[in-house]
Amino acid sequence: MVTPGDKKEIISRLQKDILQWEGFVPPGAGAAKGVGLGPVEAAFPNGVFPTGVIHEMLCPTREQQAATSGLLGGLLTVLMRNGGPCLWISKDRRLFPPAMDGFNVEPDKVIFIDAGNEKEVLWAMEEALKCEGLAAVVAELREISFAQSRRLQLAVESSRVTGFLLRNDLRKLNTTTCVARWQVRPLPSVLEDGMPGVGYPRWQVDLLRVRNGSPGSWQLEWATDGFIVIEESAAATNDLETRQVG
Amino acid sequence: MKKRYISLWFRHLLTDWFTLRQPELKDVPFILVAPEHNRIIITAANSLAEKQGVTAGMAAADAKAVIPDLKTIDDIPGKAAKLLKGLGEWCIRYTPLIAVDLPDGLVMDISGCAHLWGGEHAYLKEIITRLRSKGYDVRGAMADTAGAAWAIARFGHDKPIIEPGVHTEALLNLPPAALRLEPLILDRLKKLGFYTIKSFIGIKRSALRRRFGNDFLLRLDQALGTEDEPLQLLHPVTPYHERLPCLEPICTATGIELAIKTLLGNVCKRLQSEGKGLRVAILRCYRVDGGVVGADIGTNRPSHHIAHLFKLFELKIPTIEPALGIELFTLEAAKVEDISPEQEALWSLENSGLSDNNLVELLDKLANKIGTNNIRRYLPQESYWPERSIKPARSLAEKAATTWRTGRPRPSLLLKKPEKIDVTALLPDNPPMLFIYKGKKHIIKKADDAERIEPEWWRHKRLHRDYYVVEDEQGQRYWLFRSGHYEDEESQWYLHGFFA
Repeated sequence: MVTPGDKKEIISRLQKDILQWEGFVPPGAGAAKGVGLGPVEAAFPNGVFPTGVIHEMLCPTREQQAATSGLLGGLLTVLMRNGGPCLWISKDRRLFPPAMDGFNVEPDKVIFIDAGNEKEVLWAMEEALKCEGLAAVVAELREISFAQSRRLQLAVESSRVTGFLLRNDLRKLNTTTCVARWQVRPLPSVLEDGMPGVGYPRWQVDLLRVRNGSPGSWQLEWATDGFIVIEESAAATNDLETRQVG
Repeated sequence: MKKRYISLWFRHLLTDWFTLRQPELKDVPFILVAPEHNRIIITAANSLAEKQGVTAGMAAADAKAVIPDLKTIDDIPGKAAKLLKGLGEWCIRYTPLIAVDLPDGLVMDISGCAHLWGGEHAYLKEIITRLRSKGYDVRGAMADTAGAAWAIARFGHDKPIIEPGVHTEALLNLPPAALRLEPLILDRLKKLGFYTIKSFIGIKRSALRRRFGNDFLLRLDQALGTEDEPLQLLHPVTPYHERLPCLEPICTATGIELAIKTLLGNVCKRLQSEGKGLRVAILRCYRVDGGVVGADIGTNRPSHHIAHLFKLFELKIPTIEPALGIELFTLEAAKVEDISPEQEALWSLENSGLSDNNLVELLDKLANKIGTNNIRRYLPQESYWPERSIKPARSLAEKAATTWRTGRPRPSLLLKKPEKIDVTALLPDNPPMLFIYKGKKHIIKKADDAERIEPEWWRHKRLHRDYYVVEDEQGQRYWLFRSGHYEDEESQWYLHGFFA
């Protein structure tokens, strides 16, 4: 006779096994450093921001591209802590390297690859993901088929490099093997009462899809050396802003 | 191994030789002459004649007016080269790598030779005294680069041996002629008041290139050691060249792969034993129909790693068209450099960085498909003008000379060309209230004070820019600027970037 308690235990054990088979290794004692995203990390399986996988980020407009590069900058800081360089592959690059300095990333450790077409972006990304020792690979893409995303997935599985796909055409969205789909949108910055000017960058970060995790939505702010998660109550005061001009 | 060079300068090469042949000339001023444009021109003068003001290049008649009992001898064309070759052959006892440096010198690559003669000092002294005892008036100098040794031998004042690593300092006080420049460039330098190397060494490369051309920079780099200087050796080392004839014409990709692997295997074996690596390799395939097709690869760092080099060639195989078949493959290592022995990093993941071998091999692969110019890394540059605040790094090893500016915020995305926008602004110096970009209205809720960036007047004449960081009602942050003063007719608003 199987009691309900036993059943629960069996299910949770099976879930853990499935996670392991899918490549989510529970973090070792030393590895649990996190990327400073706080509660956002809890949305992922085992409560750890997955590295060595591919994340997909949606940024249809330039404003969202800028916001996404901000969030990426914050993540890259942590990923590049071991000294590994980062590759940024794109067809039509607008990223301004000095800005990365504001997110504590050494801009001269980012290598930019200007590919001629989408096919070359994909090829370069796959080759780069195979290369151990890179901290991260970022690629700006319009389209990627399921089969292509699988090739990338196979590449990262052996090298454990983290990949980020910036998708700038929402009409071309499809199923991919990426573990998470993000969307980052700019939010009005908030300064202390009565202070004029523009404050720290603040974003609406949506996790639209997480494999084996729970999607959610958060408000984040980047304050000189780390992310700050804005509580809902504080965020509500945003509506009461007035025109503040320096 | 650290490179060391000796440059020898035979000050009176031809006249010394004549004196050796005819000892009675020893105490007589004499000159060598050759006809040129219907005039008899002096090609060389011995030291006695030179003491009285007769130099090469003068007309013989003028010299005779100066020294009435001047003896003239007909010059033998091509004698200098022959003599130098003979002297070079004799010097092979000191080092195997000797090059003739026309018109009056020898260059010797003495890396790793000096200790056999008991140190650099004894080595140089031995060479000089032996040559002097043979009757040649010779000066020599030793330095890290052939160019620096040349300069010190001819223009140096104090010591002839420049210690490793300080040749740049030794060059600073020498005249520009020490850089082996064309007379035209020397004239121009003199006109501009550059009397020593130190007066122009700090000038920006682009400015120097514009005024004096590429050759000038090449000579400067060769003297400083940043550019490799190939020597035309008397006994050249056999080039890295491999041939693979085929019994049957080859027309399949697999066959070509096998051929490339075999050739690479042979070349790399030799490179490895000599501690060298390949930078550029050229593959040529001679076809049955007489056509020649080929492929070439380049690497970022010298390499003799067969698997890596083969991967680079593998990308090019589809472009090789065998037609009726290929009967001969040749592989040439066109550029070969010394490999610094890599120590296997123990914690390769912890401190890899930009010097990581995997990364270099990856970049080679990307560069061969996408093009070297499309792979960039940026370093900060001392400029406030946003477009000029970064510069592409020249190599993977180059470090930032200045820090990244952290004063004022810079946008995450910067448009290559600022885009015009329509703006409503209240007062001359207030940030705009709203702007229209691509037909969309953005009402500005927050803004920072203006940051004025003046154009670099020595570069181009432009209007200054007043930059504003603004945020619209949706929280989207932009970098706008107004070029020129508010009341100017030319003043115009632009959008230049997007903030995170």
